[in-house]
Amino acid sequence: MARPVKAKHGFTAWAVLVFAFLYLPILVMAIFAFNKPSAAALATYHGSNVCSIPPDQIGNITVWNGFTSCWFSAGLHDPTYIPAIVVSLQIAAEASIIATLLGLCAALALARMKPRFRAPFDVLVYLTLVVPEIVIAVASLIFFVQARNHFPAFPALGKGTILLGQVVFNASLAMLIIRARFVGMGDALEEAAYDLGSGPLATFRQITLPRLMPAIVAAALLSFTFSFDDYILPVFTNGTTNTWPIVLYSAVRFGLTPAVNALATIMLGATVLAVTVTAIILRRSRVQAAPGQEQTAGFGIAVGLR
Amino acid sequence: MAVAEQAAEEVVTTPVRRRKRSFRPRYPAWLTTPSFLYYAIFFLGPMAILVAFSLATQRGFGGLSYGFDLTQYRLIGNSLYVTIFVRTLVMASIGTVLTIAVGYPLAYWMARYLTTYKMLALLLVVVPFWTSFLIRTYALKIILDPNGYLARDLGINILYTRYAVAVGLVYNYLPLFILPVFASLERMDWTLIEAATDLGARPFAAFREITLRLTLPGVLTGALLVFIPMTGEYIIPNILSGGNYELVGNVIGDQFNQAQNQPFGSALSITLMAALSVFVIVYIVFARKEERFGG
Repeated sequence: MARPVKAKHGFTAWAVLVFAFLYLPILVMAIFAFNKPSAAALATYHGSNVCSIPPDQIGNITVWNGFTSCWFSAGLHDPTYIPAIVVSLQIAAEASIIATLLGLCAALALARMKPRFRAPFDVLVYLTLVVPEIVIAVASLIFFVQARNHFPAFPALGKGTILLGQVVFNASLAMLIIRARFVGMGDALEEAAYDLGSGPLATFRQITLPRLMPAIVAAALLSFTFSFDDYILPVFTNGTTNTWPIVLYSAVRFGLTPAVNALATIMLGATVLAVTVTAIILRRSRVQAAPGQEQTAGFGIAVGLR
Repeated sequence: MAVAEQAAEEVVTTPVRRRKRSFRPRYPAWLTTPSFLYYAIFFLGPMAILVAFSLATQRGFGGLSYGFDLTQYRLIGNSLYVTIFVRTLVMASIGTVLTIAVGYPLAYWMARYLTTYKMLALLLVVVPFWTSFLIRTYALKIILDPNGYLARDLGINILYTRYAVAVGLVYNYLPLFILPVFASLERMDWTLIEAATDLGARPFAAFREITLRLTLPGVLTGALLVFIPMTGEYIIPNILSGGNYELVGNVIGDQFNQAQNQPFGSALSITLMAALSVFVIVYIVFARKEERFGG
């Protein structure tokens, strides 16, 4: 009897280490958002606001120099970051709505379609998820440029093209999440509604839609965060538009400042809050997936929602 | 009346296997049209142009003429690019193996030993997956910074090397691997292990013969889910190796950003997808076999 107990302790220790590995960097980033510039920089810029010292002059900020909270206001008043965040929020909202609608329509039809008709569409959907994003990004870039050359009505590289590109991936994701739940729900209640004389539209509005709502919300939220956080596709198809990940990326490559930490921490906090709230809502109204549905729900599982 | 029509249609479409129930609510197939059209234009369209570009002939700076020119593909046979492809596949394999080594015991622990806190642990695994990939990579860069505590006090100075890339891969893709493996461990019937140990199997033998075999499909799914994006990885090598250790994704990006050699970048992309499809096909064949012989 002693043996399993020992094994359990070993696994628990490992789990603690892995969680530390997952969370320590994020925690350190958040803590260093409150870090002061190095002592040398503070001496040089003596008397001025600590957080107005230029990024290339702040010295080593990956060790602790003292506490300040001014980076948060510096980050929130930065002329490059805030407009980029607004652009990203706007694109993410649009992408999320369009992708969820496309995914919902496809999920409704596909879930109860015969496998031989469904298969080609499924292949297409999985392809959009399997093809590496860098390949989709460069392919979309040349496609958008060619489309603009041949059809002047097509949007030039910018917000519009970022949106058009992002909807592909997000629609697939939304379709898989919504379909997994739709299949798991079974059709007994809808059948009952039909038997009681309710038409297809009324059945959809009164039975199907409310029961699908958690999956729809999850799909929309996930599309939103994926679109908001996406870097690769936007950086190739943005033209001159700057999104939040694009400005964050250039900040990361060319000099760290605690202001970036501060903004990243705010973004991270907002995401975690939104996800936690959604997870709680979903758990309350969870429908068990039907057995054998796991493979189709592969990506649904991957994002922790069935 | 509507029910009768529906039943008649059911009989016509499935003449051989008659269903016990004659009626089943369905949504019309045309609902797939909007997303099908969308994919056709904005996914298949770009892919088609990518193929066309990879076979086109470069004329001067930025000029192209379409045709069937295999020059770009012959250039990939160049030892430099073969090296980069091999390096990418090796790095993705190492990343996948490390992810399995780190993630499997954690998933096992969650499924086997946790009860009350199981959902909390699952949430802790999922949350990083929802947060920004870029921010997490940035957070890792701060910790690994040559002036930071790890490098200065512990002597772990690996930023801008391939080791940092490997750590970055595991760090970012761990949640994606753990979830399918956890799902397959959750379906495990642990009484089988009790039975095996009662019959005299040593714990490790019981694990090898039962747990590992039953969860192998989940492990393979998880491995493929992380291996594929790892081979196309762009952000991690850029940030954590600072350009010292480029993978094929970075080389593709460079052809469109700096080199302006779009046909060559397209050919590299197609080759990468061809290499990946080999792995996907092997996986599908294996999954089919598993379905036939396994549970």
